Amino acid sequence: MNRRSQTKLTQGIDWPIFGLYFALVFIGLMAIFAAEYREGDNIMQNILHLQKNYARQLMWFGVSIVLASIIWLTDSKFFTAMGNLAYAFGIILLLLVLAIGKDVKGSHSWLTIGGFQFQPAELTKLCANLALAKYLSSLETDFNKLRSRLIAAAIVLIPAAIIILQDETGLALVYFSFFLVMYREGLPGILLVIAFSGIVLVLSALLVDKNILFIIFTAITALVVYFMRREIKRKRSRLAMILGVWLFCSAFVMFVVPFIFTKVLKDYQVRRIEVMLGKENDPKATYNTRQSMIAIGSGGLFGKGYLKGTQTRFDFVPEQSTDFIFCTIGEDFGFVGSVIFIGIFLALLLRIIFVAERQRSTFSRVYAYGVASIIFFHLSINICMTIGLAPVIGIPLPLVSYGGSSLMTFTMLIFIMLRLDADRQMVLR
Amino acid sequence: MSVYNQPRKRVIQFIIIAMVSIIITRLFFLQIVDKQYSKLADANAVLKKVVYPSRGIIFDRKGKSILRNDAMYDLVVTPRSVKGIDTVQLCKILNIDRDEFVKRISLAINRNGPVRQSVFASLLPPEVYGQLQENMYLFQPGFELILRPVRSYPYGTAANILGYIGEISPAMLKDSAYASYQSGDYIGLTGLEKTYESVLMGQRGIQYLVRDNYNRPQGPLENGAYDTAAIAGRNLRLALDIELQGLGERLMTGKIGSIVAIDPSTGGILAMVSGATYDPNLLSGSNRARNFAKLVLDTTNPVYNRGIQAYYVPGSAMKPLSALIALDEGVITPSYGYPCRGAYLACGRSIRCMHSEPGHASSLRVAMAHSCNSYFMHLYRLSVDAPKWGGVKAGQQKWAEYMHAMGFGHRVGVDIPNEKPGLIPDSAYMNRRYRGAWNSCSEVYVGMGQGAMNFTPLQMANAMCIIANRGSYFIPHFVHSIDGATDKDTILNKYSVRHVVAHASDSAFKAVIMGMQDVVEHGTGRVAQIEGIIVCGKTGTAENKARIGDKVVQLKDHSVFVAFAPRDNPKIAIAVVVDNAGFGGTYAAPIASLMMEKYINDTISAKRKPLMDRMIATPTMSAEMRAKSKLDSLNNSVKRYLNPADK
Repeated sequence: MNRRSQTKLTQGIDWPIFGLYFALVFIGLMAIFAAEYREGDNIMQNILHLQKNYARQLMWFGVSIVLASIIWLTDSKFFTAMGNLAYAFGIILLLLVLAIGKDVKGSHSWLTIGGFQFQPAELTKLCANLALAKYLSSLETDFNKLRSRLIAAAIVLIPAAIIILQDETGLALVYFSFFLVMYREGLPGILLVIAFSGIVLVLSALLVDKNILFIIFTAITALVVYFMRREIKRKRSRLAMILGVWLFCSAFVMFVVPFIFTKVLKDYQVRRIEVMLGKENDPKATYNTRQSMIAIGSGGLFGKGYLKGTQTRFDFVPEQSTDFIFCTIGEDFGFVGSVIFIGIFLALLLRIIFVAERQRSTFSRVYAYGVASIIFFHLSINICMTIGLAPVIGIPLPLVSYGGSSLMTFTMLIFIMLRLDADRQMVLR
Repeated sequence: MSVYNQPRKRVIQFIIIAMVSIIITRLFFLQIVDKQYSKLADANAVLKKVVYPSRGIIFDRKGKSILRNDAMYDLVVTPRSVKGIDTVQLCKILNIDRDEFVKRISLAINRNGPVRQSVFASLLPPEVYGQLQENMYLFQPGFELILRPVRSYPYGTAANILGYIGEISPAMLKDSAYASYQSGDYIGLTGLEKTYESVLMGQRGIQYLVRDNYNRPQGPLENGAYDTAAIAGRNLRLALDIELQGLGERLMTGKIGSIVAIDPSTGGILAMVSGATYDPNLLSGSNRARNFAKLVLDTTNPVYNRGIQAYYVPGSAMKPLSALIALDEGVITPSYGYPCRGAYLACGRSIRCMHSEPGHASSLRVAMAHSCNSYFMHLYRLSVDAPKWGGVKAGQQKWAEYMHAMGFGHRVGVDIPNEKPGLIPDSAYMNRRYRGAWNSCSEVYVGMGQGAMNFTPLQMANAMCIIANRGSYFIPHFVHSIDGATDKDTILNKYSVRHVVAHASDSAFKAVIMGMQDVVEHGTGRVAQIEGIIVCGKTGTAENKARIGDKVVQLKDHSVFVAFAPRDNPKIAIAVVVDNAGFGGTYAAPIASLMMEKYINDTISAKRKPLMDRMIATPTMSAEMRAKSKLDSLNNSVKRYLNPADK
C-alpha cells in the first residue's frame, strides 16, 4: 500500500532533470556559501537568523520545494487553463511595479512584500512561456500566417517592453530567447539568418568607423550589382531590393546606431558595451569584468580548492553571489570543475529538448522548448559576461545565483515542465 | 507544422552545443593557457605588512632610562561605519567645531576611501585620550583608538643630544641609503636617534596577509609560512650622566652658552648642555607639529646645539695649549720666563697685559696663574718662528698641525650629527688673509686665545682631556656600549682608540697643570675651588666682536672656563662658555666647578648650595632676548604631562 502510493506520487517524473535540478541548486548553495563564508563565522546562527545570502537562499530553496510539490500535485490541465490568466496577471504585476516599485541598484523592478523583495520580471518569464505555449497550441493558430507570428511576437515582446521601462534591460533581453521556440515551431530559418546578420551589422557599426563602413557597403553593393547585372537586366525589382538593403544598412550604421547610443541607451550601458568590445579601457568600467576574469583565470586546471579562492572570498569580484557566482566555481574548482559544471547545464538543456520532443501536445512541447531557451539564454549571457565575452548584463545564472525570485521562477518553470511531461499521454491545449 | 521537426531540433541542439564549446574554449585559454591571472590574483589579494619592532631605549651611565617608548593613541575613523554617534560630544572633547569635523571626515574619505580607516586625530594628548576612552561607546561604530608608540622623556633633558624621531621625508626616501624605509615610517632625524638609527630601529618583520577588496586584512597567508619576525631595536648605554646633564641645564637657565663635560679616561661625554635648551617632550609625538616652528623661531634658538655648533674664541683658556705646543716643540722649558711690563711690545705695537708687576711671568707656572698675555703671545711666536722649521710659513703650518692634532680646526667626530669644525689659522689661511705678506706678529693674538680662531665648546673640553691625560685623548662620544653588540657593530670602534698628540715631558705637563692649579687656588678661578679636590682650570674672557652692517662692534665678552679634576687621575674635564657674561671667573668658573663637584662627589655640598641657586637664578642673556623668548612657557607646557614619580 505504502509502495503503491509512492509509485503513484512519483510516477512519470523525469529523473534526470529532477536530479540535475537538485545538483544545480546544491552547487549554487555551496558557491554562495563560498562567496560569503569567512573563517570564524557561526554558520548555524547565520542560517537561523537568515543573516547571510546562503542562509536566505536555503530558505528560498525550501519555499521552492514547497512550490514544486504543489505544482507536482496539480493537474496538468490547470496550467493550460491558467496560461492566459497568468499572462494577464504577469502584465498587471509588471505595470504595478512601474507604479509602486522600488529602486534597487539602479533598476526600478522590485516589489516589497512582507519585508522580502521580489522581482516580478523574473516571474513573468513563466507567464509569457505559458501564454506562448497556450497560443501556439490553440487550434485556431496557424503559425505559418504572418498574423499569428506577430501575435506570438507580441506575447513575448510586451513584457520585455515593460521590463525595459523598469531599467532591467538584461532581463528584458531574455524574452528574445522565445524566438528560438518560435523557430522550432516554424518561424522561417531566414529570420535566424537575418537576426545573425543584424547582430553582425550592429557589431560592425560599433567597431568600425561609420564613414568607412558606408564606403564598404557601397563597394559591396557596387560589386553585387556588377556581378548580378544580367539578372538585374531581367528583373528590375532585384536592383531595387539590392539598393534597398544598401540604403537600410547605410542608414542603420550612419543614423540609427549613433541615435540609439546617444539617445536610447544609458551611459553605463554604452560603456559596458564598449568595454566588452575592447573600445574603452576605463579601469572603472572594466573593473567588474576584469576582476571576474582574474578570479576565474587564477583557478587554473584544478582550482584553488573549495573555500580557498582569494578573489571571491575577499570580495574582489562584485555581485559574486548573484550575477558573478560562476567566478566562485571557476576559482575554487578550476577548468575541470568549470567544464563539469557547464556540462551539467548542457546535460540539462539537451535533456529538456529530448523531453520536449517526446511531447504529444504542442502546448507541452512549446513550453519545454521555452524553458530550454530561457535557461540557455541565461546561461550563455551570464557565463560569457563573467569571462569577458559579453557586456555586463545583470542576469542571474539559473538555479545557481543567489536570489529568491529567480530560484522560485526557475523551479516553477522546470516543475511545471516535469508535470506536463509526466502527463505527456494527455493532449493538452 | 510537424511534431517530428527533427532538422530544427538539430539546429537548436547545434546552437546550444556551439555556445557551450565557445565558453569552454574561452575558459581553456583563461584558466590554463594564460598565466597572468594567478599573478594578478595574488597582487589583488596578498598584502605585505611591515611589522615594526619596538625602538631601542637609551640609558645613562648609571642605567637610568633617559627615554621611554610610550603608548600614544590615534583616533581613527572608518567613514562609512559612522552612524548615529554623538558628534557634538566628540567635537567637544577634541575641541573642534562641526565644520572641522565634516572637513576631517571628507579628508579621510579622500585619502583612504570610505571603508578603510584613516586618522581623524593623531597622537592625542593624554587628557583628551582619557576623555575619549571613557566616552568611546558614544562614538561607535565608526571611531576607534589605535595605539602608536611614541618617545617620551621622563627627565625632560638632553633634547639636543637625543634628537627626535619623525616621519621620513620624501627627499630621504629617494636616497638609496634609506631604501628599506617606506613613506610614513619613523626615523631618527637628529641627535643620537639619527646616528644610531640602525641600532635603535631593530629589524622590521614582514607579515603576508590576505586582504579583501577594500584592502582590509583577513588573516595570515598560508598560516604565516612566509612571514619574517621583527627583531626589537637594541638599547644604547651612554656615558652621559643624566643628573649631571639636568644640573647643567638648570645652571644654564636664562643663559646662552654651553657646558661640555667629558670623562678623560674614556672620552665619554658626561654632559653637553646648550643654553637655552628645551624639553625634548616638546618635540615628541603630537607636540612636535605644534612646537617645532616655535622652537626654531625662538630668539634663544634652542634647537641650535651650542656644544658642537657654536664658535667661540677661547680667550685665556687657550693659554695652556700655547704652553703645551711650545713645550712639545722644545722652544721653551717650564722655567722659561718673560719680562712683561704690562704690555707686549715686540710686534711694534702695544698689546695690553692685565698684569704689570715685575716677575708675574717669571716661569710657565707663574705666567699661567697670572694669565700673562705677553708670555703666551711670545710662546706662540717662539713656536712658529722656531729655527728648525726654517720660516714662519712652515712654523705656522706646524703650529696649526699641533692644534689639529688636539682636535681643533676639524670635526672631532662626536656621535651626533651637525658638528662644526671650528677654525685654526694655518699657512694657507694666513696667505689668503694677508695676501702672502705676514709674519708671526700678524696673528700674534692667537697665543692668548684671541684673533682668527674658532673653537667649539666640545673642542675646548676635549683639549682639557688632553692635558688631564698628559697628552692623549679619546674621541668624545656619548654612547658607551650597545646592548647585544657583536663584531658587526663597528660604529663604536673609533671611540676606543687613544690618540696621542703631545710627547712633552712629565715635567712640562706638570708645569702646565700646576699653573692651572694655581689659577684655581689663588688666581682668577678661585671660585672654582672644591673642598677636598684639586681642580685645575683656566678662565677665559673671550672677546666678542660682531659685524653689524659694515662696522665691527665690540659686544660684551663671553665668560669661558676650562678645567679638569681631580688633578691626579682626573675624572672629569669640562669647558663652560656663558655668552655675554663678562669675565671667566664670574659665571663660567662657578658653573664648571658645581658640575665637577656634582659629578665627583655625586652631590653639591650645603655650603655651595647658595652659589648654585644664585647661578640658576641669575640670567645673563639680554633682557630684550628674554622678553621675546617664549621658551620658558613652552618648556612649562610639557612639564605637566610628565608623571612626577618619574622624576
